[in-house]
Amino acid sequence: MSRFRLPAEIRRGVRDVAPLLIGIAPFGLVAGAAAVDAGLTPLQAVGLSVVVFAGASQLAAIDLFGSNAELLVVVLTGVVINLRMLMYSASIAPHFRVLRSAWKSICAYVLTDQAYALSIARYTDAEAELDPRERRHYYLAVGVSLWIVWQCCTILGIAVGARVPDSWGLAFAVPLVFLSLLIPVITTRPKAIAAVVGGSVAVAGDVFAVPLDLGLVIGGLAGVLAGVLADEWLATSAQESDLGGGH
Amino acid sequence: MAAEYSPLGVWAAIVALGALTFGIRGSFIHLFGRIENVPDRAMNALRFVPPAVFAALTVPAFVAPEGSIAVVGNERLVAGLVAAAVTWYLDDVFATIVAGMATLWILRFGV
Repeated sequence: MSRFRLPAEIRRGVRDVAPLLIGIAPFGLVAGAAAVDAGLTPLQAVGLSVVVFAGASQLAAIDLFGSNAELLVVVLTGVVINLRMLMYSASIAPHFRVLRSAWKSICAYVLTDQAYALSIARYTDAEAELDPRERRHYYLAVGVSLWIVWQCCTILGIAVGARVPDSWGLAFAVPLVFLSLLIPVITTRPKAIAAVVGGSVAVAGDVFAVPLDLGLVIGGLAGVLAGVLADEWLATSAQESDLGGGH
Repeated sequence: MAAEYSPLGVWAAIVALGALTFGIRGSFIHLFGRIENVPDRAMNALRFVPPAVFAALTVPAFVAPEGSIAVVGNERLVAGLVAAAVTWYLDDVFATIVAGMATLWILRFGV
């Protein structure tokens, strides 16, 4: 009697993503608890998590809901945060080229930082040489595992969050999660400049009470612009100094 | 509290954010082959989205929690600095949350 076995790349994907699941669990708990804390109903909190399925933008949306921001600003901020996924979509698209349209949509829905990073690493592993079916298996094993754990943790957070007193300041966990996302991505000088400008402009937006809470969106865009300019300027000055050193 | 919203408004925002996010994720996965190539400058700019946006989300919450810059007696700034140090050394979301919240509670409730 033959025992049912999952395809090799599905097992591989689940194994590779397991350590990351531990990392997203507290993030999901906070997303659930903060949603209830901000005044969303449990159903709205679950809905946000299932419909959007992107942690950072969920938390930002929750934070803005909690401060009664304009709904347009809630959506706009979430979109700006998720813009980085354009980069992932473009980068991973060649690997999904042969998939049927329905599979492409499922792959797009579960596209996250973690699913992208693991899958690209697996696909470019010269020893693996995966066919399109195996690529899909690996990607969906990672993406769906993340999805399941994320939804479970959000629901758990909603249940727990409803029982925590206000004085504990649970909403403060939201900026703490962003802090733990921010520090690891500051890997180069232009990225540090992007962070400093983004943060400063957002603070200025708060202090001068920019209408519609747009300080956050403007800060993000100003930071990106500063990063691009710093990147170009540093690259140019590095080239010039190279030339100068050669003569 | 989000008491000022109508339930329909909240759902509309959730669906709009979800649809736009799905559009961003699916953009190139669906369109690949129909557009010639991705402009390099645009892709380069997207690399700066995470540091810029995460900083814009984080810094005001620590530096100006009540809408004006506060340093003296700002428990959130102290908690944020402790949490930043923990992230820097441990790079762990859970440890960062625990350190930040614990610092806030110690400052707020005493030990």
